[in-house]
Amino acid sequence: MNRDKDKSAQGAERFILPYGDHRGDGVVQVSFTLPLPDGPLGDEAARQVMRQMSLAEPQIAESVSLGENYTFYVGYGKLSRPVDTSKLKVARPLWDKIEPVQVEQMVMERLGRPIVVVGAATGSDAHTVGLDAILNYKGFAGDHGLEAYSCFRVVNMGSQVPNEELVARAAREKADAILVSQVVTQGNVHLANLTNLSELLEAEGWRDRVVLVAGGPRITHALALELGYDAGFGAMTRPQDVASYLAQEVLRRKSLY
Amino acid sequence: MLRLDLDSSKVDLCHALAERVARNVSEELSGRSTVTIERTVARLFGVEGVSPSGVPLANVLVDHLISLGRIEDGIAVHLANACAVLDLTPEEVAAKVAAKEVDLGSLPWRGTEECREKARELTEIALAKIRARREEREKLLEAYPVHGRPWLYVIVATGDIYEDITQARMAAAQGADVIAVIRSTGQSLLDYVPHGATREGYGGTYATQENFRLMRAALDEESKRLGRYVRLVNYCSGLCMPEIAAMGALERVDLMLNDAMYGILFRDINAERTLIDQRFSRMINAYAGIIINTGEDNYLTTVDAVSSGHSVVASQFMNYHFAHLSGLKDEQIGLGHAFQIDPKIEDSFLLELAGALLVRELFPSCPVKFMPPTVHKTGDIFFAHALDASFNLVSVATGQSIHLVGMLTEAVHTPLLQDRYASIRAAAYARTAARHLRQDLRLEKDGRIERRAHEVLDKALSLLQDVQDKGLFRALEEGVFAGIRRKRDGGKGLEGVFSKGPAYFNPVEEGLKRELGIS
Repeated sequence: MNRDKDKSAQGAERFILPYGDHRGDGVVQVSFTLPLPDGPLGDEAARQVMRQMSLAEPQIAESVSLGENYTFYVGYGKLSRPVDTSKLKVARPLWDKIEPVQVEQMVMERLGRPIVVVGAATGSDAHTVGLDAILNYKGFAGDHGLEAYSCFRVVNMGSQVPNEELVARAAREKADAILVSQVVTQGNVHLANLTNLSELLEAEGWRDRVVLVAGGPRITHALALELGYDAGFGAMTRPQDVASYLAQEVLRRKSLY
Repeated sequence: MLRLDLDSSKVDLCHALAERVARNVSEELSGRSTVTIERTVARLFGVEGVSPSGVPLANVLVDHLISLGRIEDGIAVHLANACAVLDLTPEEVAAKVAAKEVDLGSLPWRGTEECREKARELTEIALAKIRARREEREKLLEAYPVHGRPWLYVIVATGDIYEDITQARMAAAQGADVIAVIRSTGQSLLDYVPHGATREGYGGTYATQENFRLMRAALDEESKRLGRYVRLVNYCSGLCMPEIAAMGALERVDLMLNDAMYGILFRDINAERTLIDQRFSRMINAYAGIIINTGEDNYLTTVDAVSSGHSVVASQFMNYHFAHLSGLKDEQIGLGHAFQIDPKIEDSFLLELAGALLVRELFPSCPVKFMPPTVHKTGDIFFAHALDASFNLVSVATGQSIHLVGMLTEAVHTPLLQDRYASIRAAAYARTAARHLRQDLRLEKDGRIERRAHEVLDKALSLLQDVQDKGLFRALEEGVFAGIRRKRDGGKGLEGVFSKGPAYFNPVEEGLKRELGIS
């Protein structure tokens, strides 16, 4: 997701296949459940599922009846058509991952004050695990959250915050950035909610004044851009990623980076 | 036998301190009731329906009473008066109030004594209904006994009660002993209970009386087929604790999440509101023979499990004594805790074993509930499955009573059919493979496990001392639990708390106290 990884990708092979136990074997492991009883018809249907996934030589390693006429399959197949990595379009934010000390130094030297970040899990979403991992001092996976940085002033509004309240609070705090967390994704409720927030900011006439960031396990940077956000952070994000991005983006907008 | 050498004088002191905390809070709040308590009385009198515009009739009645300025009397006498004057059932009265055909304030008054007598009659009918459901459960448990320990507890959460039923039946057949229907996200903040069978929810399925009934009926069928009674769980937490407790009692839900402090900490519900509501809701749970589950496991999702393990234990002592004050027996108090220590730490398995064994021994007659790792799970489902295997082993080896089965895809999505299967199979394997491990092992005296358990108990004791000195409300303001600070007058739902007037009367509370032998 950052330039370092990009560099490391240079020199990689152009055509690639999944690696099972030797180069180019294309082996893929899949597991899925079908609404069929365990038996010959189910096995064949499972192999057909794999063929339709473009997997050659489909093998069912195990079939287990789950009851109520559902069966679970573990299968292996081979992908024969390689992926051409030169044809891939990769959406990624244009920022470098930098060390916390450097982030602090950079912001305090160039901006001369902490960046104000207002975060919330919005709408009906009661989950704050992701938001807390990024914002709280404790952080996540050994990486401290934004509260641990002297260059961020963090307002964590918690969960189930209506979009209107978030916008009002951000205005009151003179926020430089808004972080929205969405975990629950049933019926794509998160999409409507995220869109509503960016529209609300647009209507208030200060969408351009804040860096608007979405986060959550189903969020990708590409999706966030599509919804009118400046950046999106998905699974595997560490607080340092968000800190690096926010510092650079806020400074960039003020022509300080 | 795997056993800690605990200092019983410290344990006794923890109990004494926690009991004082619970008693002080209870006495301090005894002069207050809440809108959901009054709605519960109406519901137990049979007011279960909704108005033509979809508002629960229990809400219609209580809101009407508020608009008359008479909420301080409680709903019971006014409803009883209307029933007597109009010769209608409570639900018929409520429907007429909703249609604005009846105004409770302008009916002739039959007098306090007659109204109270009528309300007591309605209460006896309600209590008899609850008793019948309890006896029904006892008979079913005799006919379809459950042998495995710990009980394997899994969750369904599709949002559609009919999908939930299919998944619940599958899980039961695969070996689950307990099925929890997770509620739709945000229900805890609704100041009413949704109505009817529901097919759409977010992150879960709405808790409604009809959904309870449908699921219980499906599980009864499955219990009969399997020859093993499959228990059903739902949630009392939120702004409607006692109403949901009443619905659970009437529909024979078997376990209910009911924590004295969870709503305050994790849903920012007002502290007074929650503490008043939990007291009454737990009396209903007690009388219905329901096992409550407390939510201390949640603390470890916001604070570190190594440094804050003692806050779980301290909170368990408090939840235990709050539960006792509501008439729950030890056998009904499912105190919660969790396996949440960072797996990268050396000897993390030993620390988990120490914590689990400590809880087991502190509350020997309680059906303690052990929750799986979630915080340190990532999208690496294979490692997550390995972590769950350790959790399963600790659970069996320390004699936990209720085992919430961990899911390998915890960090990814609500469980797929195959995830639930793989997880139940792994837990059932541990239960069989290590069945008598606890009996055959002994701990090294003053070894790492014992030292850790003593350390946690010591810290829990000093935390309880601190809470007792300050009082619970100040402790909550200082963020003692889960690192979350809550003001006494902050949070949601305070507007639903009111002071009881001189004529206040709650016949259900009176009846329950009599039946449960509490004051």
